Amino acid sequence: MTYKITEEDNISTIFLDGEIDMDKTDEVKGVIFPVIDSGKNVALNLSNVQYMDSSGISVLIESHQKALEKGTKLVIKDVSKSVLKVIMMAKLEQILNLE
Amino acid sequence: MSLENFSHSEKKDFLVSSASLKDVRAFSRDVFEKFKIDEDLREELVLAIAEAAQNIVKHAYKDMPDTQDKMVVRISCSDDVLEISFFDKGKPVEKSEVKHRAIDDIKPGGLGTFFIQQIMDSINFEPGKEPWINNLVLTKKLKN
Repeated sequence: MTYKITEEDNISTIFLDGEIDMDKTDEVKGVIFPVIDSGKNVALNLSNVQYMDSSGISVLIESHQKALEKGTKLVIKDVSKSVLKVIMMAKLEQILNLE
Repeated sequence: MSLENFSHSEKKDFLVSSASLKDVRAFSRDVFEKFKIDEDLREELVLAIAEAAQNIVKHAYKDMPDTQDKMVVRISCSDDVLEISFFDKGKPVEKSEVKHRAIDDIKPGGLGTFFIQQIMDSINFEPGKEPWINNLVLTKKLKN
């Protein structure tokens, strides 16, 4: 998995790339959580994530809950078709802030 | 496509480790391409297989991160029925403990088994024949 982070208008956008499974969750949390902890609004761009399993979905839920606790906003943007299908299978499309 | 009169089986072993999950997916995709299963269904099946393999790593081998044991994934297709079997030597699975969390109880974890149930037609734990302890069998009828 690779990633990059851009800053614009007080929003940190995290671009993730690759496949997110149980083996990658600690790495993904290590990228997302510090940005949320910094108190910035966060956009998570998943356009280049082609596969995500239940472990990856758990990271999205944890990130969403962490942002709520911090009083920041987390949006999930440009979700790839394959990942959107998994989010919908988990019935989370109304819970997570998808754009 | 119809897989009537088609019969094929492939199996491969993998180290019981989260690092093996990408190899499990690659093997599964490769087999399903041979079966000419369309991409949407193929990716659903790959997810179900990867979740089942993940359960072996997380649950059957809980607290055994350095195991050198192997698990076997076997994908078979006979006529229009797909059968996917998993064999491992981990802790015996208690069927009563295999359940997903309530889907409206939004919290991390507990979704893997739910995904498998959503995707597959049947999930059966059968006694593993020596040397195996656990034998999980997933089936799905492939529609024309």
